[in-house]
Amino acid sequence: MSLKSKLKETLLCLKAGRVTLPYPARGHPAPEGFRGRPVFNAAKCTGCAGCANNCPAREILVLDVCQEIRILKYLGRRCAYCGRCAEVCPERAITMSQEFETATDSIGDLQQRLELFMSTCQRCGRCFDPPSVLEELKLKGYRLDDLANERWVFGSKAYLTSEPAVDDIRIEWD
Amino acid sequence: MLKTLCQKMSGRSLWVYHANSGGCNGCDIEVLNVLTPYYDVERFGIKLVGSPRHADVMLCQGPALRATAKALRRAYEAMPAPKLVFAIGSCACGGGIWFDSYPVIGPIEKLIPVDFYIPGCPPRPEAIVYGVAVALGLVDKKTAPAQFKQLELPVPRYHPKDLLGSGEMVVYEKAEKV
Repeated sequence: MSLKSKLKETLLCLKAGRVTLPYPARGHPAPEGFRGRPVFNAAKCTGCAGCANNCPAREILVLDVCQEIRILKYLGRRCAYCGRCAEVCPERAITMSQEFETATDSIGDLQQRLELFMSTCQRCGRCFDPPSVLEELKLKGYRLDDLANERWVFGSKAYLTSEPAVDDIRIEWD
Repeated sequence: MLKTLCQKMSGRSLWVYHANSGGCNGCDIEVLNVLTPYYDVERFGIKLVGSPRHADVMLCQGPALRATAKALRRAYEAMPAPKLVFAIGSCACGGGIWFDSYPVIGPIEKLIPVDFYIPGCPPRPEAIVYGVAVALGLVDKKTAPAQFKQLELPVPRYHPKDLLGSGEMVVYEKAEKV
């Protein structure tokens, strides 16, 4: 009986196979939707510092060196990877990457430092908001509509070319 | 010096002691997850022991608190001489999100010297295995401090050398690029 149960156990063990991940030798990517280290994109960043204002751990520091240059520094020590910075960023300059292999022997390795150029108003010398969606819709410049004939006149004909925009749509021009 | 110490220790098994100085238990669960057969750090000879006197490595979770500061310090001093300290999680690395409240002193390194940092809230079990592998010299660390600069300031008046006179007008040479 004992031998039989031992044989049975052996068979069961063989059947189970291996469950251990060969982890540090081969990578094991994080699942979809995992929030890892935030990555800052200096090309997209406008320097509004909304991330610094909304970080619950106060890990993003801002230093205005002069009127035109703003330094944004992400420390990453106590970052909880909550993704709040990526959520509030209006330019989508911060992305939560899938990186989790951030183990290091010096805590300064986690820092990211951005030196940003702040565009200033040429009259008052202060920074200004980028135009909102509503402001982009507003009319700029002059319009010369024909009031006598009640017709809409476009100042520019740049977008009324005779060539069709898409091949399969043909517009008949008279 | 740290690397040679790690190389010397990695010839033998590392026995780890698991110290929580006031964390939320999230990192504890991840550390215990690392010891299960799925991640199985006993491959590297790592074994969990119950006393700091038996341990080579202390795995610290949670921030340094006023209430547990003395106990943590004593546990560190009880470890025999070649000792490593791992700070696991955001609280141990930087103090956590309650870093500025009264009971929290700050990161673990304000009380005891820390050799390796594994940030994350909580870090994945893979991240902890990776940190252990970095300490043992099996893999290289991937993080490095990053610095970005907007080198090309996109306003012509900051680039007087690119402003060319053509007739009566002043033309900015790199107008298309900006």
